[in-house]
Amino acid sequence: MNANEATPVDYIEVTRRTYDSLGYPPYGWVHSEEPPPWTPLTKPLSDCRIGLIASGGVYRRGQIAFHYRDDASYRVISSDVPTDELRATHFAYDTRDARSDINVVFPIDTLRAMVADGRLGGLTDECYTFMGGIYSARRVREELAPALVERMTSQGADAVLLVPV
Amino acid sequence: MTSAWSITAAVNPPRAAFVDYPLGHTTGQPHDPTGQRALLEAAFTAFEEATVAGTIVDLGLHWGDDAWRADPMRGDSRTAPKSKADRGAPRSDSRTERFDTPQYQSDEDRELAELRHGEEIACRACVGFDD
Repeated sequence: MNANEATPVDYIEVTRRTYDSLGYPPYGWVHSEEPPPWTPLTKPLSDCRIGLIASGGVYRRGQIAFHYRDDASYRVISSDVPTDELRATHFAYDTRDARSDINVVFPIDTLRAMVADGRLGGLTDECYTFMGGIYSARRVREELAPALVERMTSQGADAVLLVPV
Repeated sequence: MTSAWSITAAVNPPRAAFVDYPLGHTTGQPHDPTGQRALLEAAFTAFEEATVAGTIVDLGLHWGDDAWRADPMRGDSRTAPKSKADRGAPRSDSRTERFDTPQYQSDEDRELAELRHGEEIACRACVGFDD
């Protein structure tokens, strides 16, 4: 297929077919009925403190790894973490590239380079990681997401880069 | 960021940048700092220029070949423990079993974490255990 003709993989449809073939009930994807809120960016990114939240199952050596069954916990990772102390564990994607170069799911070196070049004003002291693949949307909405918002707010983040897998 | 257009469209966040890469590469290809930087540059530019809530901006990136599209949800089968997966999962289910214990990248990680997380130690970096 020519690259220009490629269409995005429809993961909702692929999942539906997989679950059908296994005799499972359909997966309950989150569909937001309300229009999204809008918070304008009011200053240049070179003056902004940027946060990073990623869902690829990233943990730091010495931390407890994530498990694979509705793990709604999160990890605190310093933005000055040595890159070679970062690990990846996940059931829903092939982690070989992430384990070889964590920046493919947790772009910490990329962000630090953009700060060093003045493109971004800085990073929050803390980044947060979690597992994703959590079957309970309610737990994410009512527990995990509010906790991360509160922590990022306390970090003084002007904007947050969200990196799902 | 997103590599799953349909899922992100359903969630409908205020701002999103689409990267048409296989899962597990939302912020770039491995060992490609130049490409990783260009990707985030494009994403942040889209962020700066966004004016309409709910817009997904296609960053126009292509992986190189499209072979991955044939089995886009292939999980971590080559790195997951096989024996337990074989016991617990239906034969037709190639997905990785949902283990409910921590799944470390290496035994060394496990030993270090267990050493640091004795029962008397409350780790403030591992938050919200649910069991």
